[in-house]
Amino acid sequence: MAKIKKDNLNVTGEEMLNSPAPHIHSKWSVKRTMYLVILALMFPTAASIYFFGLNAILVILTSVLAAVATEYLIKLVRKKKFVMDGSAVITGLLLALTLPPTLPLWIAALGSIFAIAIVKEAFGGLGHNIFNPALAGRAFIQLSFPAPMSVWIAPSGFAPDAVTSASPLSDAFKQIGDNFELYMDLLLGNTSGSLGETSALLLLAGGIFLIILRIIDWRTPLAFIGTMAILSLVLGQDAVYQVLSGGLMIGAFFMATDYVTAPLTRTGKIIFGAGAGVLTIVIRLWGGMPEGVCYAILLMNAAAPLIDRYTQPKPYGLKKK
Amino acid sequence: MSGFAKEFKKGIVISNPVFVLALSLCPVLAVTNTLDKAIGMSGAFALVIIASNLIISLMRKMIPDIVRILVFIIIIATFVSIVEMLFQAYIPTIYSALGIYLSLLAVNCLILGRAEAFASKNKVSDSLADALGMSIGFCLALILISFFRELLGKGGITIFGNELFTLPVLGDHPISVFGMSIGAFLVMGLLVAFFKWIGVIKDV
Repeated sequence: MAKIKKDNLNVTGEEMLNSPAPHIHSKWSVKRTMYLVILALMFPTAASIYFFGLNAILVILTSVLAAVATEYLIKLVRKKKFVMDGSAVITGLLLALTLPPTLPLWIAALGSIFAIAIVKEAFGGLGHNIFNPALAGRAFIQLSFPAPMSVWIAPSGFAPDAVTSASPLSDAFKQIGDNFELYMDLLLGNTSGSLGETSALLLLAGGIFLIILRIIDWRTPLAFIGTMAILSLVLGQDAVYQVLSGGLMIGAFFMATDYVTAPLTRTGKIIFGAGAGVLTIVIRLWGGMPEGVCYAILLMNAAAPLIDRYTQPKPYGLKKK
Repeated sequence: MSGFAKEFKKGIVISNPVFVLALSLCPVLAVTNTLDKAIGMSGAFALVIIASNLIISLMRKMIPDIVRILVFIIIIATFVSIVEMLFQAYIPTIYSALGIYLSLLAVNCLILGRAEAFASKNKVSDSLADALGMSIGFCLALILISFFRELLGKGGITIFGNELFTLPVLGDHPISVFGMSIGAFLVMGLLVAFFKWIGVIKDV
C-alpha cells in the first residue's frame, strides 16, 4: 500500500478511507456536536450551582479539569495528537452532575481519572469505549467510597451552613407537604440529590434542545421514561414521583443517548431505552440501592452490540428470512 | 546444565504463567486481595507443582497414554491434600483465608498443563527446572498483583500481622474497588499493559 498522505488522517491520527468525489459536505463535526451537548448541559449545571452553590462549582471544576488533564496526559504518553473536541469535558461534566455536592474533591478527580484513563482511553479512546465513561466512573467511586457517595444535603445555594437530608428515593426520606408540592420541588430541583439530577425541568429543557437539533434521538429517552412510567403504574407505584426523582432525566437524555455506547438502529434505541427502564425500576424497588439508573444504563451498554446485531435493518432488495 | 537453565528461566518472564500464558487465573484473581494470601497461595502452588512435575516425569514411561489425565490428577490431588493438611496444621490462618482455592489447586489448569505439556514428555531435571521457573513466575505475579491491590484497596501494606506502612489519604479512605474481584481484573490488566508497554512482554 502506498504511503498514507497526511491529508487522509483524521483527528485521532487514523487513516480515513475516501471514496471518489463528489462528496456531500456536512456542517456536523464531532467538535460541534460535543459543544452543543455541553451547551445543553449548561441548564442542569446552572441549576446545580443555583441550588448547591460553591460546592457545586468546586466539584464540577475538579471533575472537568481532571478529565481533560487525564486525556491530555494519556495522549502525550501514547504519542497521539490531543484534540480538544470537548468529549473529555462532557465526561467530566456528566460525572460531576451525578455526584453528591459534599463529595471530597479528590474522590471526584479520581472518578474522572478512572472514567477517562480506564473506561475510555484503555479501550482506544473516543468512539471505542464499551461503557459510558461518566457512568462507569461514578460506579467506580460508588463502589469504592459508599459513605461519602451517599451524603445528601438540602439545597441551600451559597449559604454557608449545609444541612444533611435524605434524598427523595432513599427509605429515610420523609415527605413534607402534599403530593403537588413534592412534584413541584422535584420538577424545579428544590430537593436534595446529586448535583445535576435535582431539577427535572431544566434537564428536560436541555434534552429537548438536543432533540430539536437532532443531536440525540427522541426514541431512547421516550422509551426509557415511558417504560419507567408504565411499570410504576403497573406495580402500584407513584409514577410521577418515580419519573421525576433520582437520575432518570439526566440518564435518559444525556447518558442513554451516548452515540458510542448505545445501539445505532432505531429499533435498537427503543429496546435499549425500555431495557434500561425495566432494570432501573427493578433496582429501585427490589435492589439494595435506592437508585438504579447508573447500573441500568451500564448493563444495557454491555448489551448494545447484541441489540445492534439483532436489529440490523435488511438492505433494500434483500428478502426477509 | 544449559537445558536446565533455559527451562528454569522461561517461566519467570518469557512465558510467565500469569501475565503471558494467562493460565490459572482463578486463584490469581481470587486470592490476591492481600499479600498474605498471595504468599500462602504461591507457597502451596510451588510445593504442588514441583512435587507433581517430579513424580509425573519419573513415571512418564509407565503411564498409559489413554488414562494419563486421570493419573496426573490423582498425583496432583495427592500433593494438594498433603499441602492442605500441612497448611491446616502449621498456618491455620492462611489455610482458612485461602478457603476453597487451596483445594481447587487439584484441578489447576497451570499445574495440569505443565504436567501434560512438559513433565510427561521431558526428563526429570528439565521438569524440575520447569516447575521451579513456573513457581517463581507465578509467585512474582501474585505478589505484584496483591501488592497493588492491598496498597490501593486497603490503603497500606500489612504482612502477617505486621503493619509495614499506611498511605496518607488512602489509609482512611481506601479505594475498596481494588479489594473486590473487579480490582483483580483491573490491576492484572494494567500490569500486563505496563509490561507490554516497556517491552518486557512481547506480542504473541
